[in-house]
Amino acid sequence: MADASGPTADLLPPRFADWFARRGWSPRAHQLEMVAQGRGGRDALLIAPTGGGKTLAGFLPSLIELAERPPANAPRGLHTLYISPLKALAVDVERNLGAPILEMGLPVTAESRTGDTGLSRRQRQRVKPPDILLTTPEQLALLCAWEGARLYFEDLRCVILDEIHTLHSSKRGDLLALDLARLQALAPNMRRVGLSATIDDPEVIKAWMASHRAAPGAGAEAITLVRGPPGAEPVVDVLLSEGRVPWSGHTAQHAMAEVYEQIRRARTALVFVNTRFQAEFAFQELWKLNEDALPIALHHGSLAAEQRRKVEAAMARGELRAVVCTSTLDLGIDWGDVDLVIQLASPKGASRMVQRIGRANHRLDEPSHALFVPANRFEMLECQAAREAIAENRLDGDPPRVGALDVLAQHVMGCAVSEPFDMLELYDEVRSAGPYRDLPWEDFEQVVDFVSTGGYALKTYDRFRRIVRLPDGRWKVRDLNVAQRHRLNVGAIVSPAMLSVRIATRGGKGGRKVGEVEEGMLEMLDPGDTFVFAGQVWALVGVTNLDVLVRPAPDRDAKMPSWGGSKFALSTYLAKRVRQLMFVEAHWTVLPADVREWLEVQKDKSLIVGEDELLLETFPHRKRQFLVCYPFEGRLAHTTLAMLLTRRLERLGVGPLGFVCNDYALAVWALNPMSGLDFDELFAQDMLGDDLESWLAESFMMKRAFKSCAIIAGLVEKRFTGEQQKTGRQITFSTDLIYDVLRRHEPDHLLLRCARADAASGLIDVARLSDMLARIKGRIRHAPLDHLSPFSVPILLEIGKERSPGGAGEMILAEAEAELIAEATQ
Amino acid sequence: MNDVSVTFSYAFAGSPCGGLRTRVRSAEVTMRPSGALWVEAERALVVADLHLEKGSSYAARGQMLPPYDTRETLRRLEAETAALSPQVVVLLGDTFHDRRAEARLAEDDAARLRTLAVGRTLVWVIGNHDADGPKALPGEAADELDLCGLRFRHEPQAGAQPGEVAGHLHPAAKVRAPRGVIRRRCFVTDGERVILPAFGAYAGGLNIRDAAFAGLFVRPPLAGALGPQAVRAIGWRQLTDD
Repeated sequence: MADASGPTADLLPPRFADWFARRGWSPRAHQLEMVAQGRGGRDALLIAPTGGGKTLAGFLPSLIELAERPPANAPRGLHTLYISPLKALAVDVERNLGAPILEMGLPVTAESRTGDTGLSRRQRQRVKPPDILLTTPEQLALLCAWEGARLYFEDLRCVILDEIHTLHSSKRGDLLALDLARLQALAPNMRRVGLSATIDDPEVIKAWMASHRAAPGAGAEAITLVRGPPGAEPVVDVLLSEGRVPWSGHTAQHAMAEVYEQIRRARTALVFVNTRFQAEFAFQELWKLNEDALPIALHHGSLAAEQRRKVEAAMARGELRAVVCTSTLDLGIDWGDVDLVIQLASPKGASRMVQRIGRANHRLDEPSHALFVPANRFEMLECQAAREAIAENRLDGDPPRVGALDVLAQHVMGCAVSEPFDMLELYDEVRSAGPYRDLPWEDFEQVVDFVSTGGYALKTYDRFRRIVRLPDGRWKVRDLNVAQRHRLNVGAIVSPAMLSVRIATRGGKGGRKVGEVEEGMLEMLDPGDTFVFAGQVWALVGVTNLDVLVRPAPDRDAKMPSWGGSKFALSTYLAKRVRQLMFVEAHWTVLPADVREWLEVQKDKSLIVGEDELLLETFPHRKRQFLVCYPFEGRLAHTTLAMLLTRRLERLGVGPLGFVCNDYALAVWALNPMSGLDFDELFAQDMLGDDLESWLAESFMMKRAFKSCAIIAGLVEKRFTGEQQKTGRQITFSTDLIYDVLRRHEPDHLLLRCARADAASGLIDVARLSDMLARIKGRIRHAPLDHLSPFSVPILLEIGKERSPGGAGEMILAEAEAELIAEATQ
Repeated sequence: MNDVSVTFSYAFAGSPCGGLRTRVRSAEVTMRPSGALWVEAERALVVADLHLEKGSSYAARGQMLPPYDTRETLRRLEAETAALSPQVVVLLGDTFHDRRAEARLAEDDAARLRTLAVGRTLVWVIGNHDADGPKALPGEAADELDLCGLRFRHEPQAGAQPGEVAGHLHPAAKVRAPRGVIRRRCFVTDGERVILPAFGAYAGGLNIRDAAFAGLFVRPPLAGALGPQAVRAIGWRQLTDD
């Protein structure tokens, strides 16, 4: 590694230089560069591979500053604030920071503060802050909403944002950017430091983390980009499973023996999957093969926290040979012993893969080893494309984000809770945050009005204002009660309703907690049905309030809900690479023979088209007429497209009967043939106008988006849905009722605007669909066929496995009624 | 409710307006998709649990729900009176969300309520949320009302109450199918009595498999689930817990 020589070595005080020497280390160039930036008081973004001493580089300037400051008579405030996306990471960094502080005998205190921190410690931290506080964005939002925030942060010199690439592009990132702006206003001398191992576009991150005050030395240019040495190139292989790559499915069952063999040969392997269902499935399958009784564990977000911690601890002690995990282990504490990362089923994006591969071998000079295991033929293409993208170091990026207004509403309330604010000053402060730098005054005014009275055109709530105007024109929170309720509601993350899975006791009550599942999963099961959870087979006993009661099932074979697919959409960039790979024949040599042959037959029987063209096939199949196309834009965009196409086909009198989508293709079936349609007309971009609007307004996705916006903005409280009746029973008062009323009486209300924006980006991917429609305009290649094509097989195999959440409401009731009539007339 | 394996059949039939016709004791009634009950013989329209001004009640406590619930509820009620021209409108209790709600009414909403009473009898059955009855608005307040062999009251009484028409419990039905789950407000009846869904825009629902409904029906009841166009008859065995 780069040795510190020349003038940069003088940057380290002797105590620090000695410490490095005692450990037998040389300070790395990027570590010294970060010290130089710190001394100059400049903001910095450090990109260094995992294992490159990145965290220490972030803290060195603060440690030096703290070590050099003269003793004070009065107690001092917080010096450095460290923000991590994960609670566990904050705690781990606290531990790692302890070593240099202790070994150099520095007069520095460093403490973590998370939701799990005990009350007495939190109270003490508030009265007597440590020099360095390690915490999460949610805790920071809470600290900023304290009455004493100004005093607490006035000495703050530095804020360090770790794993910054996971923080920025979300509502969580919006809230954090606003809190940074607030901190900067409270502590004008504060520096901003970002740390990351994988960043595709540093400019986007710089713009997000920078202060955009109308002042010299502000904006993204004010942030110095520091790069660590590139690590060794990762070695990525794709498991070819010659001759056995399945047509469809997401479980990769065919490859489990090979995966097990890889685990056997590795020291410690991380096996990443994309969904909890896949995790449970793979874990079961591996244990069936586990003749050597290797210690293989399971880790995903539904497991009880205690159980997850046990797995993490065993991993840290080096006792495990493999962990099957979901994105819960994408980030987090360093496990030095991991030497193999296996990705089961499709990677979906190159950046995510680099992050996951980075979990192996935290030594810069040794390459990380990764193995991609495609679960089906299209995934084989995708894995190859991802492998090549990683080799070329081409990562897929997030577009810059525009800050959400529901998050802004939460922040404005937080500000009013902390101290009175002047509207103009706060507006300038908010616009210094990257995501809000173009915020129009009208929007800001609306948000403040919303926070105060709900912001309705009908002004009947003026007497109930939550924030009130003081004689000097500033705004403050009405009373302690409102303030307290805000603090209970802080934090921008809204997760789906979770139910506790508990073992049923004899009395039919809930016993020991096994974990948590999303509400939606239960909807597919009836009492008596068996399912795999936490690595075991359970039978569903019933559901009471917020508990799912289960008992261990006697048999090993579970009735598995078809819970297919991936919760991540294929990234735009990777989708493009898949199309390229597919349409360049010379490239097919990287594929196993059966997949190659599949492509050959497709070319022979149907078409292989150019990368910017859209292949569209029509054919009869089992007495129905099919239309199948292959946009490769991800399930979300495809579902939206299919909804809109069926509306149009309905109007054209084709009689569409149903549709199915996956990440690669969509299929619509109908009574009448569709080969004679004008496809350019059918796929015309104007479908994103009125058709989209009218479909979206009624869709369950809008209602879901509205609910989350309403909670974030503080319109309703998190615990709002359960309302006690006199009898003590729960009456469900859902936000859907509020949505319906608001939509009819004030369709342009701020929260409906927020929900529409969220639904369009996150839930239905309108932007991506729009780009796709523009790309394929005039480039649709139609193949009228007599029977199905090789490409269409995977999507046709998914028919019948699909659920249609929310969309099928009336049909379900009509069927239930028909059943009753049938029963009554037998 | 016990799991009774014997199937009782109910006489019910759809009607052109999407309503579901059935009998409660000897009276023929129509469950309307709006959640109102229509007793044609007396030209009586019955609605339960309007919870007017629930929005402002929350706002007073710091949750700024949209202030449009009262006008939305009244809009739906007016649509029913326009369609059916009832002689009697029965408000089956909890018409107001709380005792001070009437004072919070916007003037135009109050005017619409007064118009409802013009040319017909408006009966305010007293509920637990609005025990005082209307203060300034027209209409007759009553604890109970007998009409057409039926007895109208807010809260269903325990034990056999043949011919009872009540509200209070906000019944909702949940149906599970392979394609998904749906939960809707509903009527619930065993032919002896009928409990109405809440009519108010912000009124939530209580699953009719909840213990609060136990003991009210002499046999597994029939649910009439509200849909946008029609009321659907759902058998007890097709229902599921929350």
